[in-house]
Amino acid sequence: MNVQLLPNEQQLLLKQNARGLFRERGAVGRIRALRDTRDATGFSRELWREMAQLGWVGLCFPEAYEGFGLDFSDLCLVLEEAGRQLAPEPWLSTVLLGAQALLLGGTDGQKGRWLPGVARGETLLAVAYEEPGELANCQTRAVRTAGALRLSGEKLQVFDAHLANALIVFARVDAGHTLFLIDPKARGVGIQRQNRIDGRNAAIVRFDEVQVESGAMLGEGGRGLELLQRVIDRATIGLCAEMLGGATQAFEDTVDYLKTRKQFGVTIGSFQALAHRAARMFIDLSLARSAVAVAARSVDQAGEPAAIAKLASLAKARCSETFTHVTGEAIQMHGGIGVTDDFHIGFYFKRARAADVLFGDANFHLRRWAALSGY
Amino acid sequence: MDELESFRQEMRVFVEQSAPESLRGTRKGRFDGYWGGRNAKPEADVKRWFDVALERRLTAPTWPRAVGGAGLSNAQARVFDQELARLELPPPLVGVGLTMIGPTLFDYGTDAQRAEHLPRIVRGEVRWCQGYSEPGAGSDLAAVSTRAVRDGDHFVINGQKVWTSFADKSDWIFALVRTDPSAKKQLGITFVLIDMASPGVSARPIELISGASPFCETFFEDVRVPLANVVGDVNAGWTVAKALLGYERSMIGEAMSGEIAAAEAELVARARVALAADSGPLPDDAIRLMIARTAMQERCFAFTIERLRQSAKAGQAPGSESSILKVVASELKQARWEHAMRIVGVDGLGWDGPGFDAQDLAATREWLRSRANTIEGGTSEVQLNIIAKQVLGLGV
Repeated sequence: MNVQLLPNEQQLLLKQNARGLFRERGAVGRIRALRDTRDATGFSRELWREMAQLGWVGLCFPEAYEGFGLDFSDLCLVLEEAGRQLAPEPWLSTVLLGAQALLLGGTDGQKGRWLPGVARGETLLAVAYEEPGELANCQTRAVRTAGALRLSGEKLQVFDAHLANALIVFARVDAGHTLFLIDPKARGVGIQRQNRIDGRNAAIVRFDEVQVESGAMLGEGGRGLELLQRVIDRATIGLCAEMLGGATQAFEDTVDYLKTRKQFGVTIGSFQALAHRAARMFIDLSLARSAVAVAARSVDQAGEPAAIAKLASLAKARCSETFTHVTGEAIQMHGGIGVTDDFHIGFYFKRARAADVLFGDANFHLRRWAALSGY
Repeated sequence: MDELESFRQEMRVFVEQSAPESLRGTRKGRFDGYWGGRNAKPEADVKRWFDVALERRLTAPTWPRAVGGAGLSNAQARVFDQELARLELPPPLVGVGLTMIGPTLFDYGTDAQRAEHLPRIVRGEVRWCQGYSEPGAGSDLAAVSTRAVRDGDHFVINGQKVWTSFADKSDWIFALVRTDPSAKKQLGITFVLIDMASPGVSARPIELISGASPFCETFFEDVRVPLANVVGDVNAGWTVAKALLGYERSMIGEAMSGEIAAAEAELVARARVALAADSGPLPDDAIRLMIARTAMQERCFAFTIERLRQSAKAGQAPGSESSILKVVASELKQARWEHAMRIVGVDGLGWDGPGFDAQDLAATREWLRSRANTIEGGTSEVQLNIIAKQVLGLGV
């Protein structure tokens, strides 16, 4: 294998800076405050703009679109650090799903219209694809009536939809699928915020005969499923980096607790019943870290979509199991304090569940791996 | 062409011209191959392959030329191994001489010990075995009680070792012996090299649940060993022993990584036969998920080995993370054979004889043998203790 799996010096520096900023400005406790105050934004606009100014939001956009032209694996390092503090800023909606859809499928005009604003931290995007069942069974349709294409249907759990400057909507058109850029303020678009266990912004988005403007098509007509799948595979790998960060932080907090909490006159980490389970968590994290590193590099190396898809499934299955395992153990090892809302570890447990089911849970990706491997 | 690439060409030409036809396609694990030794009776082609490799100093690729090795860098040695793997050739020489006692002597041996033993390992003249465990010293290895009493410039050794791999076929044994019974247990142990041809040494094979006998009991009765055969200092053998365990565990972990690629395909092939499904998704979802999950774990494990290799190369400490390799490798191997058994059902119940497929019979023996993988070389529980203590800093 010729893939470089260790961060280089420049990447270590980026990671270190990101860790510092998230710890100082975006520590995990703010999730409680955002929830309790029913914050209208759901994250910190200020922090988002600051990270944009540091170049992180447009980190892997081409320089022509005010990006830094760095690698996807660089972005994954920032996401890992965001994950350590469960930062709810719009990485998934805007950078991983929205911008990737534009980068992979957009025309120069579309990219020029949207990406610089994203890189500056001003523009937010939301990709409306989720419906009950498989992607291919999408019930949202664009139908040509009286010379105009009109979109109708309902999308679920669309991240950051209530703030988005543009919606990217996955819809059935005739026998195929196509992605469209839709103005969230267009007549017939209804957006209703949802409350999730992890506090992340999501919304139901309804389309009632929304007129699709000319030039709104993103990517080739009829081949939207293929494009969406490629976007989701990249977003999945980014999500895995976030999950790795969250799991690592929950693990480190737990090990600290095992070293300080005393019962029966000794630190509880001296009990084998707990120490061995901590070692098991370490093993899981080590394997997950390798899977995420390889998957992220595969995007940089512009591998075949099928190869990236397989590594995305590998990373997601591993990270889903690991994040679930580690956060469940984290609560148990913290004992009573672990199940209180006052203490932060429960946020990691909730995020683990939400991240597990997003883009397919562990079993989904085991089956997908098998299918991609010919069995 | 860069240097490594031209080295690859050189190795490719050598291997293609020199490796006997009959050995191509016979590579299995890293422990399968010619072990050498005074009692070895290798087949003609095995010996021929060994001899041509020895002539090119490739029986110990990374060892210095002074002791008969080729002095290759790790990167070059990997290239050589990749060229062997390309033709599915076994290495010309395998065994614990190369992987365990050799590295130990480089780090802890005297010049005289290196000069005496290393060239003989390279030339395949001596087969080594490991005398660590005893009936009363398993996971608690530092409890060894085989006694060594000083008599002039010799030690006189009495006691018993167990789980000595291939002691019945070996020429020399490296052993932990108790030299100071009054000291704290780790501080009274000495690491010695013993010629198994010495009067008073005997070995008896142990039959395992798989029917195989890779291990022995080894007995020492008034065995005289020169003081010059002590590695490290008298009563300082525990340090040497621990270093050697490190080589052993990394070897077990690394050896496993070579078996990974084929494992998924083999399990799928077995499942296709058992489920009578020639193509398409396997119709039994539980079996399908079981195979995929283990195959994916194995892939993650292989990536982890690569990541650790890169961090070792970058000069970062071989690191805490490498302590996970043995436990993961052995559990994956067990999982693989468990799956193989589950897939074939009653066809896996044969011990020998008619009515059973030869491949199934072999798999059943491997399944039974694999139960030892999480015990030998440090149980999984001991490995978890090491991770908890040395990596996580928990006061177990």
